[in-house]
Amino acid sequence: MANDRYWPRTRRLTFRLLFVWAIVTFVLTWFAAELNRFNLFGFPLGFYMAAQGNLLIYLALIWFYNRRMRKVEEDCGIDDE
Amino acid sequence: MLASLTRLQRYYLLYTGGFLMFVGALAVLERHGMPPRWIGYSFLIFTISMYAVIGIMSRTSDVSEFYVAGRRVPAFFNGMATGADWMSAASFIGLAGTLYLSGYQGLAFVLGWTGGFVLVALLLAPYLRRFGEFTIPDFLNARYGSNAIRLVAVGAAILASFVYVVAQIYGVGVITSRFVSLQFEIGVFVGLAGILVCSFLGGMRAVTWTQVAQYVILIVAYLTPVAILSWSVTGIPVPQVVYGQVLQQVQQIEDRLFDSPAEVAVRRLYRQQAGEYARKIAQLPDSLSREREELSSRINELKATDAQVRDIMAVERQRRDLPQHPGQARLRWEAAMAAAAERAAPPVPHAAAFPGDGADGGWSQRINFLALVFCLTVGTAALPHLLMRYYTTPNVREARESVFWSLLFILVLYLTAPAYAVFVKYEVLAHVVNIPIEKLPGWIAAWSRVGLVSYEDINRDGILQLAELVLSPDVVVLATPEIAGMPYVVSGLVAAGGLAAALSTADGLLLTITSALSHDVYYRVFRPASSTQLRLVISKSLLLVVAVLAATVAAQKPGTILAMVAWAFSIAGSAFFPALVLGIFWRRATRAGALAGMIVGLAVAAYYIFRVEAGSLAALGLGSLRMQPWFQISSTAAGVFGVAAGFAAIIVVSLFTRAPGKEVERFIDVIRRASPAKGA
Repeated sequence: MANDRYWPRTRRLTFRLLFVWAIVTFVLTWFAAELNRFNLFGFPLGFYMAAQGNLLIYLALIWFYNRRMRKVEEDCGIDDE
Repeated sequence: MLASLTRLQRYYLLYTGGFLMFVGALAVLERHGMPPRWIGYSFLIFTISMYAVIGIMSRTSDVSEFYVAGRRVPAFFNGMATGADWMSAASFIGLAGTLYLSGYQGLAFVLGWTGGFVLVALLLAPYLRRFGEFTIPDFLNARYGSNAIRLVAVGAAILASFVYVVAQIYGVGVITSRFVSLQFEIGVFVGLAGILVCSFLGGMRAVTWTQVAQYVILIVAYLTPVAILSWSVTGIPVPQVVYGQVLQQVQQIEDRLFDSPAEVAVRRLYRQQAGEYARKIAQLPDSLSREREELSSRINELKATDAQVRDIMAVERQRRDLPQHPGQARLRWEAAMAAAAERAAPPVPHAAAFPGDGADGGWSQRINFLALVFCLTVGTAALPHLLMRYYTTPNVREARESVFWSLLFILVLYLTAPAYAVFVKYEVLAHVVNIPIEKLPGWIAAWSRVGLVSYEDINRDGILQLAELVLSPDVVVLATPEIAGMPYVVSGLVAAGGLAAALSTADGLLLTITSALSHDVYYRVFRPASSTQLRLVISKSLLLVVAVLAATVAAQKPGTILAMVAWAFSIAGSAFFPALVLGIFWRRATRAGALAGMIVGLAVAAYYIFRVEAGSLAALGLGSLRMQPWFQISSTAAGVFGVAAGFAAIIVVSLFTRAPGKEVERFIDVIRRASPAKGA
């Protein structure tokens, strides 16, 4: 039954993206002072990530999740009214 | 192209055009001599009556419309409404100011308030929508099957939302008192009227469509001044892109300024001042009586030399203003000492992350920063007024998509706030600091009258040093139009935007509080048989009571906006997040576990905030309860302990209680759309 695959695939996708989120948010930010030695578009890199970079990554994560979930639901024939 | 838009999109496009024309018309009128006060009134009256019209047009007496807008809000518009719902007075007024004052350290708010949406998208929104009831306590009750859980959830939802709504109404008071010169307390109640016109008549449906309208106003108002400022400084009106260059200029000025002899000398003077206060505090109560004696003998001296009556009166007033008793003296002097010590500290460059003292490499700053990010993130994913919005979309896919739109619309403001801070810092460093005091720009004087800016020439050189200037965080956004020398109409626009941000958030919060009380407590627990009509009457009357209560508290001017809001995040995160997430992702979570987790999480967070902040409650005689923070983590990040304790309690207690039964298994299968678990 196609339904069998739906939850495991959703869960795997969820945890992978959550992992990316945690790395970007906590590990990258921990080293902000070190990153600040590099430059990006005139910004110190650590500052840039916290002010813009991370936020754009967050948006991309949600976009990617939505795209993959549409695919997963199509594959599993799930259609929430 | 117009034809490809939906009817709603065309309406809102028309509305945006109308608003821009209104602003343009006021700009023309101002040039022909319309006084600022009238511009302020026009904005206030025009925007609030717009909201009122939308509120009246979407009035409803249908329960599903009242609580979840009939579940007919398209993803795009739900995203916009969520944006307005989400961005509060703290985001609009406070955030850029905090970034101005704390530079990189303030970005914790930006990271947390946006990163939270990743958690909402991945962990909560689709499942809440698939469940499809009315409130968050509904969900917890259905998953764990207990009215006790529902009541704890209601309590936590009300606590977090109430703290938050007070902050919004307070923001309304600040804005109206400054821009239309209403008295603060009256401004608070005018704002209340603005909130009630929509939420009272039309519940979620009216609030949704007003919030969309409010988003348009708040984002236009937020972007306009900083775009003009960016254009005048760099020649490019896209501040988000070009502020890197300005940041470099700021860094150059900082390098030159921070260690200049005048700044160092001023900081030394403040350090001496702080030392003096410390000495006086240590010698209490003798120091107080000595000070009183000194002033008395001065008065006698003056009287003996028959000096001017005015001079004698001045010294007498000084004596009268001395603290009444040693306890009061200690409080007052401690505050003065802290203020002086803060000014004595060497300033931190804007982009510097975690400037530690070297010994621990800024370890405690890193930990504190990440702890705050964590709390705000988790709190975002747990605030009931935000989560409720994802009940209003037509289906699960649109709920997911609307999280994307929400974050997109929110980013427009959050990508701009750091730019705001950098541009204003540039203006202050380049055009305010190192300027003779009598030649300071006009906005400094205008805002020092309201008490949001203050300066003193402590070294008496007639020139303003950076350490001599104190800006309240609220002033940065509100004063930017004046800083850049823009016409008053831009200031009026900013005020209207701040008002929209505060009102839209307050609307959502009030609705959460009243639906918790009327739907969860009255209908679900006490009177399941009550008619829908009665339920709505109860909702609406509770709305009124809660709103008036919040306004009354706000009129007392408690704490600063940002700290209050941060507490609400910690409270909501600790109470809801573990129970919600484990409820969806862990079959084994039991009723007893969830109940324990919610109570423990809530208690730990509230206890931590209370104990760390007890010092500021000294007036109530609770000062002695103050404790040293754990791991140097400040009270705004109390949720770190609360969330951890909540998760731990749920897991431990669940494992010690019997696994949940068939009914819960079925519930989980439904929200996951999974086939029945094996063996169940």
